[in-house]
Amino acid sequence: MKIEVLGTGCAKCTTLYDNVKAALAELGRDAEVVKVQDIPTIMKYGVMSTPALVVDGQVKFAGKAPGVAELKGLL
Amino acid sequence: MFAFLEQFASLVVTQWLGLELSTRLGGALHFFIYDTLKIFILLAVIIYAVAVIRSWFPPEKTKRILSHEREYIGNVMAALLGIVTPFCSCTAVPLFIGFVESGVPLGVTFSFLISSPMVNEVALIMLWGMFGWRIALIYVGTGLMVAIVAGIVIGRLRMERHVQDYVWEMQVGSAEIPEQNWPQRCTYAYDYTVGLLRKIWPYVIVGIGIGAFIHGYVPQDFLARWAGRDNPLAVPVAVALGVPLYSNAAGVIPIVQALTAKGMAIGTVLAFMMAVTALSLPEAVILSNVLKKPLLATFFGTVAAAIVIVGYLFNAIL
Repeated sequence: MKIEVLGTGCAKCTTLYDNVKAALAELGRDAEVVKVQDIPTIMKYGVMSTPALVVDGQVKFAGKAPGVAELKGLL
Repeated sequence: MFAFLEQFASLVVTQWLGLELSTRLGGALHFFIYDTLKIFILLAVIIYAVAVIRSWFPPEKTKRILSHEREYIGNVMAALLGIVTPFCSCTAVPLFIGFVESGVPLGVTFSFLISSPMVNEVALIMLWGMFGWRIALIYVGTGLMVAIVAGIVIGRLRMERHVQDYVWEMQVGSAEIPEQNWPQRCTYAYDYTVGLLRKIWPYVIVGIGIGAFIHGYVPQDFLARWAGRDNPLAVPVAVALGVPLYSNAAGVIPIVQALTAKGMAIGTVLAFMMAVTALSLPEAVILSNVLKKPLLATFFGTVAAAIVIVGYLFNAIL
């Protein structure tokens, strides 16, 4: 499973990254989590509001940083 | 609606602190307690409601709607959608690229970029709470007009070549972002409300504090000579002062309200508020990633001019 956190470096983007890590740890899963910060790649996904979460190339949501509980359901 | 808060503030000042409401300190404290409670209740309830509504209008959806619209109708739609689409200057770049790449005309994109930060819920709640619903509605109406007219003007100037070149070459995907369900909308709204309140509460308290001080201690009509309707320079000066005060709308409005009571004209107040929310230096820096200097200057100039006109207009008729 490949997980990408899209965001241009805002505070919420870091929150999302940390929450994804925490959610994976709680689920006991090991997956690659990448921060995607460059605009061209973010735009390729058609995402216009950051932070956004992409799992295996699928955009799960954009423009919010949900808590660990909600993320566990999405991962 | 807020009578119980009024009574509570009187109770605290007269019974608990033993002050007369007619004294300067008593009057200022009463104003501070009443307004702080009222504003925070309004902020919490309305920000939450707006955030729930916004979860239906992600920018990706707004873009799809606007990409089918032409001039005029497009500008009106963009300004209206700007109210409900969440906007943060940190996402202005992907938003701008997404809009122009999907065929939204440049002028329509600007109508959105102007209305979205200007007609925002925090400014509206503060205006409603401090000035009443009439001024809040006038602010929405004129804010939309400024966004529509400035967008049409910028569109007419045909400045597409002043958009940074890489923007036109970018590949934009059209990922389907799944719709949220009700629990997700509610958590999103809750997180958004708590996050926003956490960010603005010190400004609100300080703003109301300064406002309360002005109410209690600054002489009546103190500002009538400088910021009254007879001074033609008041409006442009207010607009210039508003630019560096970005993001502090919540703290600025209580101060401005107190100044109005001391003789500042209402058109000047509206122009000042619009400059605070719509024009900001950080946003200019962020937008310079996608706009070349002539277009950036045109954007600022057109919006500033429109706001100054609004100021003069309301000083003349209100």
